[in-house]
Amino acid sequence: MTVNGQEVTADVEPRTLLVHFLRENLRLTGTHVGCETGYCGACTIHVDGQPVKSCTMLAAQADGATVTTIEGLAQNGELHPVQEGFWERHGLQCGFCTPGMIMSAAALLAENDNPSEDQIRHGIEGNLCRCTGYHNIVRAVEYAGAKVRGEEPPAPDWEGAS
Amino acid sequence: MATTSVMGGAVKRREDPALIKGYGSFVDDMTPTRVAHVAFLRSPIARAKITKLDTSAAKETEGVVAVYTHDDVSHLGPLLAQVPIGKLRPLLADGEVNHVGEAIAMVVAENRYAAQDAVDAIDVDYDVMTPVIDLKKAKSDEIKVHDELESNVLHTWTYHGYWDALGLEDQTAEVDAAMERDDAVVVSLEMTNQRLIPVAIEPRSVIADWNPGYGSFTIHSSTQVPHALGGAVSKMFGLKSTDVRVIAPEVGGGFGCKLNVYNDEILVAFASQALGRPVKWTETRREAAGATIHGRGWIGTATLVGTKDGEFLGYKLEAIADMGAYTQNFTVAIPLLGLWIASGQYKMPVSWTVDCVVTNTMTTDAYRGAGRPEAIYYLERVIDAYAREIGMDPLDVRVKNFWQPDEFPATMGCGFALDSGDYEGAVEKLKAEAGYEDLLQKREEARAEGRHVGIGIGSYVEVCGFGPAVLAEIGFSWANYGLPASFNGSGIVRVNPDATVTVVIGTGPTGQGHQTTWAQIVGDGLGIPVEDIKVLHGDTREHPMGIGTFGSRSLSVDGAATFEATKKVREKAARIAAHILEASADDIVFEDGGAHVAGSPDKRAEWAQIAKAAYQAHTSPEDLDSGLEAHTTFSPGNATWPFGTHLALVEVDSDTGDVKILDYYAVDDCGNVVSPMIVNGQVHGGIAQGIGQALFEDAVYDEAGNMLTGSLLDYPLPTAADLPSLHLSHTVTPTDVNPMGVKGIGEAGTIGSAHTIVNAVVDALSPLGVKHIDMPLRPKRVWAAIQEASN
Repeated sequence: MTVNGQEVTADVEPRTLLVHFLRENLRLTGTHVGCETGYCGACTIHVDGQPVKSCTMLAAQADGATVTTIEGLAQNGELHPVQEGFWERHGLQCGFCTPGMIMSAAALLAENDNPSEDQIRHGIEGNLCRCTGYHNIVRAVEYAGAKVRGEEPPAPDWEGAS
Repeated sequence: MATTSVMGGAVKRREDPALIKGYGSFVDDMTPTRVAHVAFLRSPIARAKITKLDTSAAKETEGVVAVYTHDDVSHLGPLLAQVPIGKLRPLLADGEVNHVGEAIAMVVAENRYAAQDAVDAIDVDYDVMTPVIDLKKAKSDEIKVHDELESNVLHTWTYHGYWDALGLEDQTAEVDAAMERDDAVVVSLEMTNQRLIPVAIEPRSVIADWNPGYGSFTIHSSTQVPHALGGAVSKMFGLKSTDVRVIAPEVGGGFGCKLNVYNDEILVAFASQALGRPVKWTETRREAAGATIHGRGWIGTATLVGTKDGEFLGYKLEAIADMGAYTQNFTVAIPLLGLWIASGQYKMPVSWTVDCVVTNTMTTDAYRGAGRPEAIYYLERVIDAYAREIGMDPLDVRVKNFWQPDEFPATMGCGFALDSGDYEGAVEKLKAEAGYEDLLQKREEARAEGRHVGIGIGSYVEVCGFGPAVLAEIGFSWANYGLPASFNGSGIVRVNPDATVTVVIGTGPTGQGHQTTWAQIVGDGLGIPVEDIKVLHGDTREHPMGIGTFGSRSLSVDGAATFEATKKVREKAARIAAHILEASADDIVFEDGGAHVAGSPDKRAEWAQIAKAAYQAHTSPEDLDSGLEAHTTFSPGNATWPFGTHLALVEVDSDTGDVKILDYYAVDDCGNVVSPMIVNGQVHGGIAQGIGQALFEDAVYDEAGNMLTGSLLDYPLPTAADLPSLHLSHTVTPTDVNPMGVKGIGEAGTIGSAHTIVNAVVDALSPLGVKHIDMPLRPKRVWAAIQEASN
């Protein structure tokens, strides 16, 4: 398979999960394991451009696929707009769900660069965050959407608050 | 956004770049050379004698390194606890199991798949016994969980009797007498505050590495309390503290569940020492649900007595709190945190009794709020019911009974004094922010259309910033982990020779942004940009002492210590600058990245000069020690008491029982604010967890003690689609308990929100006659309550 632009080949046990292959064979540990059952979404990556929970897929199933992980999202040292949005709008606290959340949000914006709040909330509902209450994650995705569209992002809502 | 503004500014977080790029280093991301992996055999039975435990086949499984059972580790003793009331947890089951998920055997293998294969090969038989699950049955002692204990009731907390030395007056007679008054309105509600699973998204993980040559441990653990873990390992293995280094790297959420020293951490260390190689264990989500501590788990009846015109005459709570099978860190002490805020923001006599009972379930301990959400829930729910009973606006009835601003410090019946507050001020702000009058109008219009719209009000005061040294006298003592007993905070501030700054603190983040907030505090104090300040935490080698992050204490205790250390460094730097500039230290002012003589801006020494001089004997004053560093501990004289009032607007679909949150407003007062961005983030997350309890979450054991909610499928967390955007605002009432005037905000959102949602739903359904529904208010339960009220 191709991972973050690099061809990789390996022999693995048939039962090896894709997320374990990424983390343990390739040492790409930015993709996290939160539940092993496909619920939390911390392991979300892109397989052939689509968001996939990599704990629900065997490594062997990704044979020949093009995989992007969080480590491969920034291009030429430039943060992806979603990464930038998370930093600018305090979209993360502990940072554990963040890689998966960013990958889901990036896939959402790739399909629709001007989602409504409701579309954002439903677009990331497969990714659980226990820290932020999602409020600032939604703001981060709104920020990223504006950047993708070439618009000025809305001001942070803690400014002017008293 | 600027990255260099300081106190009160929204500085972009210094921890974020690594985390958003996937390079944050969590424990499970580390794989030391020669590491072996652990899996545990855990009990599927709630209560049983183990009649057979045969590990021979497991030991022959491919890739297995070792299998350990109780006899292999019994010499280490049971797991240490801070408040050791009850039965301490055996490291591995000692011939019996007392809850589903209890560890029976530990397998060490070359990889995690092989370890799990070997667990499956262990042969174990159980003689199943009747478990104790129901709290009332537990209290009755009809069946005792542990033969060696006198009773299932481990302890009873009472408002007046929790600490004899205070000589508090029992107010029960006063409350009871009030109920007999002719004009008394007495309202009671029997309510459950259900058991919850904390669910940090990062599962706990530990790697222990015993070096037989050096005779020392390096332990990486996903913990909120690295020093307590280090102390426990030192004590249990008979090692000097210098031979046990514990590191908590990035920690992926804690919420209290990582505020325990766990048996698995000790066992992994044992295995590493026994095998002379690094050993690693990462819990599965199912283990997180059954073998990491739970929170809440109370049943009880709250009674409020007042006059017909809204004056509170007294409050009574009689409750039972579930401790689970074994006592861990704080377990039995958790309800005490609720006791201290039993009277909320109100001036009234209180009678408060909570029985702590042992059951055949996982241990309970501190989960975000820890005793305080339970206490406030009971109080604020019954206040709401009382307001409805007498037909008074729920905000008005609260305001009528608040402590007044000129009454602070306000000593409550529990003996502690609320530090500062303007409770009505927060309510006034809430009314303005939410447009309260308009909302009332909107509700009436909706009701006229046959819609079930409700407004919920929830106030709270909480106790945090632990805390006062006197806590050690009532049993909160870190001495059990081999540390100094008290909850002092500490901070080390060191200006390095190149004028960068290293700050070392005794508390570390699980998402709270310490690296940013502490850089702001020190940067503000020294006039050095936050980019040049490195904040270290969570490494027992860097700092000799640390209590950890919990109870919303980091900023008000360790932050205060760092604030004081910064002042000392500045004073020393002034003397060095004075030496360089041949002036008096009293005349030195710091500005624009350097120091100058007051009134002579040209007579200037840059930080680079001052820092370099500090490390060269020939360039610093003769009577000064070299270096530019201070280490300060801070012992607060009181806890801090943040407060606020929240409002939720909800709509209930009476056909389906579905609850929709239309809007949510919160006014919180945590004193002075260092970072409004981070403070709001804490409130957002806290409210989401309170809403989670109100609407979704429930850790359920059936009668046989089976854990029915062992996965995220059965234990639903709120998703982005379940929650609204939140309207937050603040009032600022500084405290004088610490020099920064800060109070703490980590738990406020959770403590303020669950009852706010339930009050709103009950308000929505009150025209139908619904008076109470127990959490979680899932559609089925809400629908059933509507049906019951309608029939």
